[in-house]
Amino acid sequence: MTTYILRRLLQAVPQLLIISVILFALMQGFGDPVATLGARNPPRPEDKIRLRRMLGLDQPVYVQYLVWLVGNDWMKLDMDGDGVPETPGQRKGVLRGDFGNSLVTRRPVLDMIADRLPNTLLLMVTAELVIVVASLAIGIYSAARQYSLADNVITAFSFVGFSMPVFWLALTLMYIFAVNFKRWGLPYLPTVGMFDPAAGKTWGELARHMVLPVTTLSIISIAGYSRFVRSSMLEVLNQDYIRTARAKGLNRSQAMWRHALQNAALPFITIIGLDLPFLLAGAVVTERIFAWPGMGRLFIDHTERADFPMLMGILMLIAAAVVVFQIITDVFYSFLDPRIRLG
Amino acid sequence: MTTASSPSAVVDLAEGLAPASPSLSPMALAQRRFRRHRMAMVGTAVLGLLVLFVSFGGPIWARGYCAPLQQTVSGEAWANCNDTSEKLRAPSAAHWFGTDVIGRDIFARTIYGGQISLLIGVAAALMEVVLGAVIGAVAAYYGGWVDSALMRFTEAMLNIPSLFLLIIGARFFGGGLPTFHLLGRELTGSVLMIILIIGATSWMYLARIVRANVLSLREREYVAAARALGVSNVRIIFTHLLPNTLAPMIVSATLGVANAIISEAYVSFLGLGVQGATATWGNMLDGAYQYLEQAPWLWFFPGTLILLTVLSINFVGDGLRDALDPHGVTGHSG
Repeated sequence: MTTYILRRLLQAVPQLLIISVILFALMQGFGDPVATLGARNPPRPEDKIRLRRMLGLDQPVYVQYLVWLVGNDWMKLDMDGDGVPETPGQRKGVLRGDFGNSLVTRRPVLDMIADRLPNTLLLMVTAELVIVVASLAIGIYSAARQYSLADNVITAFSFVGFSMPVFWLALTLMYIFAVNFKRWGLPYLPTVGMFDPAAGKTWGELARHMVLPVTTLSIISIAGYSRFVRSSMLEVLNQDYIRTARAKGLNRSQAMWRHALQNAALPFITIIGLDLPFLLAGAVVTERIFAWPGMGRLFIDHTERADFPMLMGILMLIAAAVVVFQIITDVFYSFLDPRIRLG
Repeated sequence: MTTASSPSAVVDLAEGLAPASPSLSPMALAQRRFRRHRMAMVGTAVLGLLVLFVSFGGPIWARGYCAPLQQTVSGEAWANCNDTSEKLRAPSAAHWFGTDVIGRDIFARTIYGGQISLLIGVAAALMEVVLGAVIGAVAAYYGGWVDSALMRFTEAMLNIPSLFLLIIGARFFGGGLPTFHLLGRELTGSVLMIILIIGATSWMYLARIVRANVLSLREREYVAAARALGVSNVRIIFTHLLPNTLAPMIVSATLGVANAIISEAYVSFLGLGVQGATATWGNMLDGAYQYLEQAPWLWFFPGTLILLTVLSINFVGDGLRDALDPHGVTGHSG
């Protein structure tokens, strides 16, 4: 097992390197970040040249990539433009945990991510819990009553659910529960932000502001996942050992809960495990609509400014999380299912 | 993963094997199974109506007096006529779906926007299938370092959240493509850009399915026979291997259209999509949420058309999966 995990971790290294090269290459098409700096008082042309030199943007792309990867504190840089390198480099590079500074705010990328990550996780983890519980409940219920009226209605709703564009759902929910409830004098839900500045950042405020985004995020995923739970449940229910369990005298619900669910849950756990790292990314569209200050918003805001150290930081953290969670999911799965041998 | 196929598909399969209809080809059997899939037939019908709506709706309904031009205009000119004195009007007899922030008729814009959205959907799905099939087949057929290189690349692409890839792609290509003409309409380069980025960021799942299928197909005797006869590799891939993995390609193409329409809407919603006067269902929503209270019709109509289209396509895709692949080899890719 240890060798397996080690081998997978070693395989992950070239994978992440490939991802970083692809992303770095794509970022080159974003245009000149210096051109959009200081929108209100644009720097003079000679300052722009100096700025570009300070940020290392005057270097060829492969040098920029290497500096991003391994830093430049082992070499001297030419800061005054006279062709003679004189200033020692400051950057340590991603491999030593230095993701550089944001071009927009000049703050370290990791600090900015650390500011936003808790907000995103609060929203996404809550949504994920709702999704897991609801999809299991709905999936098991409709599998137990296959082709009944309830099952057919659930099927129809889940088709509508996962065909819904997330913004359409978000706007419809906002229109009903915020705009119209307010109009009708009912207790209504807030639409944007994390808390009401007047009321302060309390848990109650937070919970009230989370209802609509969490509902939006959940409904679409529940639609897909409950179908998945239903079909894996049905598949298990048709297996011989369920018939054996019934034959030895267990009733339907005992067979279902003791034998079927445990086996049907395995593929579901895989899907959830592979999904978890994407929670870090947040939901770009949902965070934008509900003005939730999370990672998705951070990404969008900094895309507009071509702030590529920031974007590379966010994307590489997510990619690393994806790779690590793939390994964790595989290992965890082999613990749960003794039929699987990792090698 | 396998899915429980619907009971009708199972019954149809049994009937297809029954002696009553011994001469039906696999395609005829698939057609029959598809016709028995009730929701797929409803989806096909709704999709047909939507295509008729966006194809012929313009000449029939898009006509009105455009105050800034001081004349009655029709067709796309009416969809782009911005009469600011008429802005943000609620749905009425003159403007069935209301007007937008600069006073354009939303009904006409849903017709002309629908053309672009469907065009983007179909073109991006085609690109997805071509890329996915070629990459998957080449990787599996040649094996060795070609396979590892292509599959590492596929994995790398899969490890980046797809919406982030779309956003980066939109910034990468943004504004760099020329205006072009298609079926008498002038389209901005950003339409082409959106097609390219959606196609280029969605082929990975299909590539994996095709690779898995081709890996087993290439070991068959008929491929060895073709090779012994001196048939070229390219010809083996395109005439002997890919046609035998057509089922997942058709299903992916169908669901790919729905995905591409939604992706276009997301990218446009974030303001990175199709630019300029050209309407799409997606960019009609851009900024609409700022008028949530004042003008719900801004987002309701284009959003509902997207929902209706995607829902119908998903039904058709589900029916196709049951019809072409009753044993559930394709799995769920949506």
